Parts: sequence; structure tokens; C-alpha cells
Amino acid sequence: MSTAVIHYIDEPHPVTGVTNSKLGIWLFIASEIMLFGALFSSYIILRVGNPAWPQGWTVLNVPLATLNTMILITSSVTMVMSWAALMTNRFDRFRLYMGLTILLGLGFMVVKGFEYSHKFHHEHFPWTNNFYGIYFTLTGLHGLHVLGGILVNLYFLLTGSKLWKANPTMFAGRIEAAGLYWHFVDLVWIFLFPSIYLL
Amino acid sequence: MSEHNDHSHELGFIRKYVFSVDHKTIGIQYAITGLLFLFFGFCLMMLMRWQLAYPGEALPLVASWLDNSQMMPGGVMSPDLYNAFGAMHGTIMVFLGVVPLGVGGFGNYIVPLQVGAPDMAFPKLNAASYWSYFVGGVIMLGSFFLPGGPAQSGWTSYPPLSNLASTGQTMWLVGMIFLIASSLLGSVNFLVTIIQLRAKGLSFFRMPFFVWAQFVTAFLLLLAFPPLQAAAVFQLMDRVAGTSFFMPSGLVVSGMPLQVAGGGSPILWQHLFWFLAHPEVYVLILPALGIVTEVIANNTRKPLYGYKTMVYSVLFLGFLSFVVWAHHMFMTGMGTVMSNFFQTTTMIISIPSVILLSCLIITLWGASIRYNLPMMFALAFLPMFAIGGLTGLPLGLATSDIYLHDTYYVIGHFHYVVAPGTLFALFAGIYYWYPKATGRMMNNILGKLHFWISFISINGIFMPMFIQGFAGVSRRLHTPNFYAHSEAIQGTNVFMSISAWVLGAAQLLFIINFFMSLRTGKKASDNPWDATTLEWATPTPPPHGNFLQEPVVHRGPYEYSVPGKATDYVPQQVS
Repeated sequence: MSTAVIHYIDEPHPVTGVTNSKLGIWLFIASEIMLFGALFSSYIILRVGNPAWPQGWTVLNVPLATLNTMILITSSVTMVMSWAALMTNRFDRFRLYMGLTILLGLGFMVVKGFEYSHKFHHEHFPWTNNFYGIYFTLTGLHGLHVLGGILVNLYFLLTGSKLWKANPTMFAGRIEAAGLYWHFVDLVWIFLFPSIYLL
Repeated sequence: MSEHNDHSHELGFIRKYVFSVDHKTIGIQYAITGLLFLFFGFCLMMLMRWQLAYPGEALPLVASWLDNSQMMPGGVMSPDLYNAFGAMHGTIMVFLGVVPLGVGGFGNYIVPLQVGAPDMAFPKLNAASYWSYFVGGVIMLGSFFLPGGPAQSGWTSYPPLSNLASTGQTMWLVGMIFLIASSLLGSVNFLVTIIQLRAKGLSFFRMPFFVWAQFVTAFLLLLAFPPLQAAAVFQLMDRVAGTSFFMPSGLVVSGMPLQVAGGGSPILWQHLFWFLAHPEVYVLILPALGIVTEVIANNTRKPLYGYKTMVYSVLFLGFLSFVVWAHHMFMTGMGTVMSNFFQTTTMIISIPSVILLSCLIITLWGASIRYNLPMMFALAFLPMFAIGGLTGLPLGLATSDIYLHDTYYVIGHFHYVVAPGTLFALFAGIYYWYPKATGRMMNNILGKLHFWISFISINGIFMPMFIQGFAGVSRRLHTPNFYAHSEAIQGTNVFMSISAWVLGAAQLLFIINFFMSLRTGKKASDNPWDATTLEWATPTPPPHGNFLQEPVVHRGPYEYSVPGKATDYVPQQVS
């Protein structure tokens, strides 16, 4: 039926200036900020209440985490490049940069895996004390978010990219939304890295 | 209208009625599931009320099939089972009953219609939201079949008790994570729909108040639930991975020191929990308030008094609801500075609530009121909600809360808000929109019987709770007359229990009416209540895509009895 069309899927709303999915992803990020805000607040409260809390850099592997910070920031850059490639109609370069983003995300997870197994090897588990509890819970939840982002990006690189032929504007909109999420996950790490590893 | 139905004709039964992406089907799915959970949660309470009225006596009727030597020795409800039923009654009523009915059901069905949209902005996410809720509900129900029973630590799940409870608590947490995911998907969808998909001409200040109420509710769900998500993850880690986020040092259980690292904070859970759970109170109330507003404007046949004031009030209320949470925690010893802050914000939040209620009451002034079924429930909402709100003031002040905290007074207070308040409003909504959704009116005589019996019996349950609370009877007691001071008013428990069972019986009238009217109800026109808002501008029941032409809005939502017009109402789409 002709009237059963949902508006502003691919063209922005004249007043708000955004498409539905872009507004949706911003609202989703607002919700995620509340999630990580609560996690960080809890971390502060637990740490302030515990005089024996160790300083992160004395027990955690700062060089590895610095490497991971570099990897994630680079992946944010390649994510923007993949979207910019779509804007200039270069689908081949989109695939290159999206592939790079996914590889960098996986690289982050691999480094994280090394870090975790190193901790387990030294008998440092979530139940050892609340420092490790916070460390594993917060970086673990962040890792889950990275994994979710990788899966979404993989979808857009493979089956999801069929949409490019049918509706390029809509596809670019989806990549932009995925990119906003990816940058958010990156940003969470930018907060996690100093507050857990460096303080 | 069948030629406009072509989209849905292509779909098979499963796609059309089970895994549908149409907001109306999803709304009905939400509403029916929510109603079933409400009835189930109420059944738990009807069983508990036997133990409260006749402590230590075997349950009649159900003892034989609930008999389980551990939970029901000799057919008597054990304290563990009482605790489990209490915890699950609260959880089910709040998270699986009222919110899914008010937000998921009414919101899904009505909001796209009232804003003149063909569907929600993200139909597939909408379906995902329902199914995530469904899975959460199944997990919660499944926990009843665990050997140790379901969660037993109250709907608030305070640690360290909840950290040490049986496996049911883990199921509770996993279920909550699904419910939170569901509400996140739903709230994003509502906000985008309301912001982006309003019909041409439907400016924000022409939106029906129900849409405003859902708008603020969606913001509360979006921003208040994540901290509970964080808390649930922490508690799950405590229970599954052995962390000590909520476990203090030096905890001794049954004479044995607990083998955990310690150093955690049980109060942290309370802060995270109430950061959600106070806004959650408004998530329960606001959709109900929205329904009542629609029904009252329609049946007074005059414009709403102070529409803009109500809108600003509800926005202010939504904002303030984020900074009152610790008034649930005056007894934790958090200090007078904190208490002062939170009792001040709590007193301030009563102002917009009173404004909202006053506007509705003033709307009644001088009106020739139509006393139909939805209007009776909506009118009953006003004093019931007022009693619930006003009895909250002594709880919001730290000094008087010290005496009343954790007594039956608290139970009476919030049940007045949620049961005869919110639930009556939700019933008003069902009677009001049933003709739009089904094409038939509900039976008037059965409906009036349902109303009067429910109205009298529900007050019979909750009014004596204030007396019990003043007498110092603690909540969550398995044996209500365990302490000598509560023996004197044990008689009220018998009266309350009988009221509860009568209320349960009255709901059978509603159930009969609901199904009978599907077949035998009087056929409804497209606009049986002579209403102005856009949902009545659709065919009945609305086809897939809702409107025959894209609606254009020319006026505000409540143009009733406009002088010089031929009818006493002017619909929004009339130019």
C-alpha cells in the first residue's frame, strides 16, 4: 500500500536534519553512556572505599594497553575512511578500509586475549580481589562491545553490502551509524585506559 | 477496506500473528502477555494472602498440586516459598506486567496511530523488543521449576542476601538482562517515532498528552535502565565469577566466615538499583496518566485544562525523577547531608505531580460528563492516585520515614499508586481502545460489575495497610502475627485477604467480557466515542499501514465543544 511508507529512512528529516537510524544510534549511545557511566561510578565508589587498592600501572601491562589504544584509534580512522570512500562512490576502497577496521578490531581482541591469559597464568582472577574484579568486568564488557562492532562491520562488509547497489544513500547511512557506534566504543576505551591502567 | 489490506494478505499466519513486525500486532502481543503476567503475579499474591490471613494453616484447593515436602510441608506455605512468591510477585507485576502493558501494549498500539505514522520507525527492532521481553519472561517463569525455587530476595534483590541466595537469583538476573535489552530497543523506537514520524502539521504542542507521556517514559527507560544493567552485571559476576562487588569484608554466614575477597559495598547496589527503580515508578505511572488524560478530555467534552502546563510538568517530572532515588535509602546511614538533598528533591517532585492531577480535576469542573466504562475507571484513578501520592510525603521526609520504613504503610502507599491508580487507568485504556483494535464494544453491564466490585475490593486490600503500618507491622513477614504488637490487628489481614480473593473473582468478569465481546460485542464505528485524536481517523480495526491517506493535522488534540461548530468535537485532521 502506498501510504505504508516509513519516512526519513534514507533522507534526513527537514527539521531534525537526521535520518531515523542516525537519531536512533545517538539515542542508543546515550543509553550506553549511562551504562558505562554507572560502571565507572561504581569503580570510583569501590576504589575510594578501599585503601589497599593498587595503582594500575604497578600490576597491569601498560605497554600492551598502549598498543591496544593505538590499534583502536587507528581502527576509528579506517572506519571514517570506509564511510568517506562511500561518499566518493569508491566501493572498492570501502571494502579495503572496512576490512582493515575489522582486522584492527580483531587485533585488539587478540592483544586483550594475551593480556587476560597472562593474568590467569599469574593466578590473577576476577575473584582475587575487587581490583581484578573491576579490571575484568569493565574491560570484558568493553571487549563484548568491540566484538559486537566487529560482527556488525563483518555483516556490512559481506551480505549487508548488497544494499549498496539497491540504495547507496541508505547503505552509507548504515555505515555512518555503525561508525558512530564504533567511535563510541573507541571512546570508552580512551576513558578505560587511563582510569584503570594509569591511575 | 480489504483492498487496502493487500500487504498483510501476502503473509502467512505465523508472519502475521506470531513474528509480526506490525506495531498493532506487537502492541496486542505485549498487552496480552502483560495481562497474563499480571494475572499470574496476582495469583501468587492470592496464595500468599492465605498465609497472611490464616498463618500456619494448610492452603485449601491448591495444597494438593503445589505440595512439595520442601516448599509446602503439609500443605503449609514455607517461609522460603513465601519469600519466593513475594519477590516474584513484585518482579512480575512491575517488569513483566504493568510496564509491558502500559508502554509495550498501549504505547506500541496507540503512539504511531496518534502521531499519524504508518508504523514504528524500526518495525523489526520493535518485534525484537517484544521477543526479548518474551524470553526474559520465560526465564523468570522457568526459575519457578528450579530445585531451590525462584529468586527469594525481594524484587529489589538487595545484596549480600541476594548474592548468597539459591540459583533462582541467577535466573532472575539473566531474565532482567533480557528485559532491559527489550526496554532499550523499545524506548529508542518510541523516541525516534515521536520525533521523526509525526504527521504533517502535528507540531509538538499539538500532540495528544498520551504521546507526551510516552515520550517522557521512553526517555526514562532509555537513561535509567542502563545503571540497573550495570548492577545486574556486577551481581551476576558476584554470583558466577566469585567477585566481591557487593560483598563487604568479614561477612559471617551461619557462624562461618565467608570465603570471598570482600571489600565490596552492598549500598552500591541500592544506589544503582534505585537509580533505575525510582524513574521506573514514573514509567509505571506516566502511560497511565496519559490514558486517563485522553479518556477524561474525551468524556468531559471540553478542552483539557492547562494542556501546556501539563506538558511542562511531565517534562519536569521526568527530569526530577533522576534525582530522588536515595529517598528509598534513608535508613542506610548515608548521612544527613544526603538525606536533606534527597528529601528536598522529593518534596519538589510532588509539585508537578500535583499540577498534573489538579489540571485533570479542574477539567471535570462544569463539564457534562459521560459516565461510560473508560470514564469510570479514569475517574477512579484520580482519588486513588492522589491517595497514593499524598501518603508518599511522610515517606519522603527522612524523620517520619524512620518510623514508617519497611512497614505495611509503604506497601499501602505504592500499591495505591500502582494498583488502584495505574491498573485502573490501564483498564480504562482497554475499555477505551478495545473498539478500535477489535471493531467491537465491550459489554457494558459486565464492565460496570467489574468496575464496582474491583473498586470496592481493591480499597479493602490496601486501605487497612496504612493502619497496619502505623501499628508497626513489618512488611515481608511470613508469619504476620509473629510479634506480639501485630497480634491485635491480625483481623485486618483476614478482611484484606477476602478482599483480594473477591478482587481476583472480579477479574474473571473482565476476562469473560474481553473474549465474549470479540464475538458478540456491539459493532463499533470508526470513531465510537466521538474523539478528536488521529487514531480514530483510521478504519476499524486499522489495516497494515494504518491510514488510508497520509493524515495532515490542522488543530490541537482536544477541540471539544468549540463554539459555532456543527458537532461538539473537531477531529485533528479536519481542516
